[in-house]
Amino acid sequence: MNQINRLAGGQINRAKELSFRFDGRSFKGYEGDTLASALLANGERLMGRSFKYHRPRGVLTAGSEEPNALVELRQGNRQEPNTRATVAELFEGLEASAQNAWPSLRFDAMAVNDRFSNFLTAGFYYKTFMWPKPFWEKVYEPIIRKAAGLGSISFEEDPDLYDKGFLHCDLLIIGAGPTGLAAALTAGRSGARVILADEDFRMGGRLNAETLALGDASGSDWAAEALAELASLDNVRLMTRTTVIGAFDHGIYGAVERVQDHLPQAIADKPRQILWRIYSRKAMLCAGAMERPIAFADNDRPGVMLASAVRSYVNRWAAAPAQEIAIFTNNDDGHRTAADLIARGVKVPAVIDVRADAPAVVGAELLAGAEVIGTEGRLGLTSVTVRLANGQTRKIKCGALAVSGGWNPNLHLTCHQRGRPQWNAELAAFVPGPDLPSGMTVAGAANGQLSTARALAGGATGAIAALDDLGISASAIDVPQAEDAPIALKPFWHVQGGKSRAWVDLQNDVTVKDVKLAHQENFVSVEHLKRYTTLGMATDQGKTSNMLGLAVMAELTGKSIPETGTTIFRPPYTPVPMGTMAGRATGKHFHPTRKTPSHHWAEEQGAVFTEVGDWLRAQWFPRQGETHWRQSVDREVLQTRKSVGVCDVTTLGKIDVQGKDAATFLNKVYANAFAKLPVGKVRYGLMLREDGIAYDDGTAARLAEDHFVVTTTTANAVLAYRNMEFARQCLFPDLDVQLISTTEAWAQYAVAGPNARKLLEKVVDADVDISNEGFPFMACGEITVCGGLRARLFRISFSGELAYEIAVPTRYGDALVRALMEAGEEFEVTPYGTEALGVMRIEKGHAAGNELNGTTTALNLGLGRMVSKKKDCIGNTLSEREGLSDESGLRLVGFKPVSATEPVTAGAHLMNASGEISASTDQGYITSACFSPNLGCSIGIGFLKDGANRLGEVLRAANPLEGSTVEVEVVSAHFIDPEGERLRA
Amino acid sequence: MMIDHPLLGLRDAQEFTYLGDASLIDRPDWQAENAQEAFHDYLYLRDNPAGEHRELWFHETGDRSWLVVTRNTLTHEITKVELARDVARARGRSK
Amino acid sequence: MHKLKPTTALGADKPQIDQFDGLEIAERPDFALASLAARQGAEAQCAELAKAHLGFDLPAAGQGHLADPHSGFWMGADQWMISAPQASHEDLAAALKTAVGDAGSVSEQTDGWCRFDLSGPGLKAVVERLCNADLTSMALGDARRVRLEHLGCFIWCLDPGQAVAILGPRSSAASLHHALVGAALSAL
Repeated sequence: MNQINRLAGGQINRAKELSFRFDGRSFKGYEGDTLASALLANGERLMGRSFKYHRPRGVLTAGSEEPNALVELRQGNRQEPNTRATVAELFEGLEASAQNAWPSLRFDAMAVNDRFSNFLTAGFYYKTFMWPKPFWEKVYEPIIRKAAGLGSISFEEDPDLYDKGFLHCDLLIIGAGPTGLAAALTAGRSGARVILADEDFRMGGRLNAETLALGDASGSDWAAEALAELASLDNVRLMTRTTVIGAFDHGIYGAVERVQDHLPQAIADKPRQILWRIYSRKAMLCAGAMERPIAFADNDRPGVMLASAVRSYVNRWAAAPAQEIAIFTNNDDGHRTAADLIARGVKVPAVIDVRADAPAVVGAELLAGAEVIGTEGRLGLTSVTVRLANGQTRKIKCGALAVSGGWNPNLHLTCHQRGRPQWNAELAAFVPGPDLPSGMTVAGAANGQLSTARALAGGATGAIAALDDLGISASAIDVPQAEDAPIALKPFWHVQGGKSRAWVDLQNDVTVKDVKLAHQENFVSVEHLKRYTTLGMATDQGKTSNMLGLAVMAELTGKSIPETGTTIFRPPYTPVPMGTMAGRATGKHFHPTRKTPSHHWAEEQGAVFTEVGDWLRAQWFPRQGETHWRQSVDREVLQTRKSVGVCDVTTLGKIDVQGKDAATFLNKVYANAFAKLPVGKVRYGLMLREDGIAYDDGTAARLAEDHFVVTTTTANAVLAYRNMEFARQCLFPDLDVQLISTTEAWAQYAVAGPNARKLLEKVVDADVDISNEGFPFMACGEITVCGGLRARLFRISFSGELAYEIAVPTRYGDALVRALMEAGEEFEVTPYGTEALGVMRIEKGHAAGNELNGTTTALNLGLGRMVSKKKDCIGNTLSEREGLSDESGLRLVGFKPVSATEPVTAGAHLMNASGEISASTDQGYITSACFSPNLGCSIGIGFLKDGANRLGEVLRAANPLEGSTVEVEVVSAHFIDPEGERLRA
Repeated sequence: MMIDHPLLGLRDAQEFTYLGDASLIDRPDWQAENAQEAFHDYLYLRDNPAGEHRELWFHETGDRSWLVVTRNTLTHEITKVELARDVARARGRSK
Repeated sequence: MHKLKPTTALGADKPQIDQFDGLEIAERPDFALASLAARQGAEAQCAELAKAHLGFDLPAAGQGHLADPHSGFWMGADQWMISAPQASHEDLAAALKTAVGDAGSVSEQTDGWCRFDLSGPGLKAVVERLCNADLTSMALGDARRVRLEHLGCFIWCLDPGQAVAILGPRSSAASLHHALVGAALSAL
C-alpha cells in the first residue's frame, strides 16, 4: 500500500523501508517512524475501539500521554496489550492488532453499547448491577469484564528477560528537550556526574517537532550537536528510551529503559527492559508540557487530534494525518500549526479560533469567535460543524482537526511525594508547587516557562543552581537565540450546547455529561468525581483529561479551578510491564536457593528434597523397591532406632557468642540460666519474645569461659540473630559480648542410634575420648577427625537416641558425610531426612515449629520450670501475666488413637468424649502428627487444657474441614524412652 | 529513603530492617514494684505521631548496627541518625 | 594430614572460571577468612596486637587493606574480616586468636563465604546490574556490604574500577554465581 500521506523531509530514514502489519493488513514505513506515524502516513486514522462504548478511535497525541491509540503488539507469548501506537517504534515485521473490537476494528459488534449510552453513564455499575445481589458475581461481573476493558493477555509465559540495575549521579536530568539539553550541557561541562534520561528514542523533545530555529541552526540540528558533545563526555550518561517513572524519597528515582522493544528479534541473554534505581544528589525535571484538548460534541472521531501532535507528525515524521486539516484553538500556538501545515503544502480549510480578537492567519481562512459544535464521519473525520461568531453554522470538510486548548506543564513527578501543584492564571494551568521531592528542581515548560528561549535559559540556570548546592561550580553556556513568544490564550474548556456527547477522558469514555451527572448527584469533590466517573483513572492517569474534567466541574459548581482542586499523580508515570518489576528474580530464581555441602551426595542417594525457607533439605532417601514415601521414612526411623542413622543438620542457625560477658548475655536472651554451664557442656535453651511467648529454641555449647556456640532453628536464624544484636546494642550496651553468624561456616551432621558411638569412633581421631564417661550426654568439644581436621562434637539428641552432632568446615562436609557412611556400613547405617527427623522428634515429644507457633509459652510447652525466676531475661516478666500463667491452661501432651488403625491429624481440635463439637467446647488442638513405625499407629502431640492432669482420658479429635472425628487417648508426649535411658547410654 | 549512617554515610533504607519506636530501648527494670505494668506499657503503648518520630532501624544487609533514626512520618525527612548503642548508653542502660 | 577432600562452594573439585567479553568471574576457594571483633574496653589493645600480627592498622569504617599474606576489611563497629591464603593459613583463626588474646574475639569464617573475583573493563557495567555499590566511590581495599540478588554480600575493591571480590553466603553460591553470570551476559 502507498504511503499516501507521506510528506517530504522529516527525521526518518527513507533509505530503510520497513514492512509491518496492523490488524491483518500490510503496510510500509521507515526507520524512525512510530507505529502511529507510519499508520498516518498510510492514511490510516482508525486505530482502536473505545473502552466502554466501542467507539472508533484514532490517535490524539504524538507521545506517551496517548489515551486512544492503544494496540496489541507482537504475537504469541510476546503479545503485549495496551501499547500506545504513538511510542511503539517501528521495526521490520512488526505485528500489531487493534484491541477491544470484535469481529473487526471496522465492524465491532460491541459498538451496540454506544446505543445504550444512556444506561452506561457515570456510576452505572453501582446503580445498574445492585440487584438482585447474587447476580453480581455470577452474571453481571463476567459480562462486564468481557465487554469492557481494552487489551487481552496471552496467558503464556513471558519468554523475555528483564533486568534491574543501580545508578548514581550528581544530577539526574529528566527530559532531553531544549531545557534538559541546556541543563545537561551546563552540568556536563562542569565535570559533574550527569544522567540525562528521555523516554523517546530520539532525544531533543519538541526541538524535533518544531520548525523553530535556535540561532543559525534548526532545532533538531542544534539538539543533535548538543547530544554529540554530551556523548563525548565520560561524566555524562545518555539514556534514551528511558522513562523516569517515579520520584521516590531522598533523591531516588525509578526509570525503565526499553532495551529491545524496538528490535525485531530478541537478542539472547539480553534484557528486554531494565528497571533502574537511580540515586541522585540532585534532579531536574525538564519534562516539558502537554497540550490539552477542548471538549465538543463528537470530539472523539479518528482525525481529531492535538495541534502539537499534528505538528510532530508533519515536521518530525513527514506524515500528514490527512490531506485537509482544520484548526480549532483558543491560543496563538494553534496558529503555529496552521503555519507549519501550510508551509508543508497541507491544505488548511479553516482556523477556528474561539477568540473574537484572534490574530490574522496567512494562507487559511480565520473564523474568529467561532466554535466547533459537531463532527461527522463514521470511522474517521469527514467534516466539522462550526458555529460562527454570528451564530450561523457552517460545515467544513476536513480529514483531521488540530485542536489546541493550551498547555499543561508536565509536573507528574513533582506530585510523587504529595506535592500539590499551584494554579497559574496566565497559563490557565497548574504549575509545580513549592513542596517538591527533596533535591528536585523544575525547569522550562514543566515549570511553566513555555517559550524555547525561556526553556533554554531555565535549563542552564537551573543546572548551575543545582550544582552550586553540591559545591560544584558550573559556568553558563552560550544559549542560542530562540523563539520567545508570549502566552496568548483565552481559557476555554468545552463548547456549550452541543447535541451529542463531548468526551473528556477518551481512555475511560467519560463525557462532559458524566461530569454533570456526578455534580448532580453531589460527587463534587475532585476525588469523588474521579472515582464516580472513572475520570483520569485509566492507564494514562488522565494526562489529557484531568484538567478538562476539573474545568467542567468548576463551571458547574461556580467555583474557580484552583478552588475546585486538583488531583495529584502517582508512580509509575507510564505503565510498566510486570516482568520489568520482577527483573531477573523469576521462576526458581525468585529467591536464592541454599544448599548444604552434602547436597550432591544426597542427590546421588536419590534424596527427595523439600524447601525449608531458602534451604533445600533431603526429605527422605528412597531405596530400590520403595514405592511410597512412608516406606522410606518408616525404614529410616526403624533403622536409626535399631542401629544408626545420619542426618544433615547444617541448616540450623549457628551464632558465635564471645566476650567476657557472654554467659551473662545468654542469661538475658534465654529464658533458662546459662551462667553456670560448665565449659565443655551443652544446654537446651528457649528464647522468649518480650511478651512472654516462646519463639525459638536450640542449644548453647560452651567451648570456653568466654565462647559459646548458639544454635537456632533453621527458620529463625535471621530473626534470632537480629534480636540478639538488639539486646546487645540497645538493651545491654556495655556487656562485653561479640556476635557473629557462623551458620554457613560449618557442615553439621547428626549421628543417632545405639551404634552412633561405634560409628563415630571410626571417624574421630584416636586421641579423642568419646566414651560415655569421657564424653557424656550434653558434652561438647573441639576435636579432630579423619587424621587431623578440626571439628566440633556435641552430644545432643533430637531423636531421643544415643546421638551426636559433628561439625567440620563446610568445604569438608561432602567428604565427611561420605566418611560417616563408609564407617557405618558395618552397622547398616541409613541416611535419614527431615520426615524421619520429624517422626522421631514427635515420638520423643520434642517441640518444634508447630509447637512454637507464636501463641505458646514455656508453661504451655511443659517447660515452665525451666524459666528462671531468679534472673532478668527477655520475656520473663510478661510471661507471668495472669492469662499466660494459668495452672490449668494448655499443656503439651501426646495422643494415640483408641482404635490403632485410625489417623491422628495435625490441626484437629480436641473435644470432650461427648457433647457438642464447637469452638466454645474446644479443649485444645493437635499440632504435630505422624505414623510411628515403632508404635505401629498414628500418634500426635498437641496442646490440651490442663493436659498434664488428663493422661488416660479419651477425647475426640475433630477435623470439621474433612468431616472426621477420631477418638484419641491422652498420653505422655514422650512415646519413646520416657526416662531418657537411650540418650544417656 | 536514604539513611545517613553515622559510620557509613548515606545508605539505602532497603538495606535496613525496621523495628519501631526508639522507646523500645527503655526496657523497664524487672525488679521494680510495678514491673508487670511497666513492661506492659513498654511493649504495647506507643505514640503514633504524624510528624517527628524516633525509631529503630537495623542495618541488616550492612554493618549490623542498630540505629535510632529521627524521621518525619509525614515528609520522610530524616533529621538525625545515631548509633542505638550510643543512645542506649546516654539513656542510662550501661550496666 | 587429614584425608578429607574439600569441595568448592559450587560443589566441584576445581574452582569455576567464566569468561565474558570484558570480564572474568573466578571462584576463589583459596582464601581463609576469620572475623575479629575488639572486646569492650580493649579496643586499643586489640588494634595494637592485630597490627603487630597483620602488619597493618585495622581499617576504618568502609575501608580495607590489601597485602600479602594478610588482608582485611571493616565489617562493622569494632569488627573486621581478615583474609589470608588458605594454603599457608588454614589456621588463620587460631593464629589470630593467639595474637590478640583476650583483647579480641575471633571466629573462623573461611567457609562461611564463597568468593568470586570479577575483573576486567566490563566490571562497572556488570556491577551496576547487581547491587547499589557505587564503584566510582570505592578506593583500593574498600568494602561494602550490599544486597545482591536478595543475598547479603561483601563487595571488596581489589583494583579501583577494574576488579572486585564478591563474598556471598556459601550455601547460596550457586544462586550468587547464577546472578553474576546472568548480569555479565546481560550487560556485556
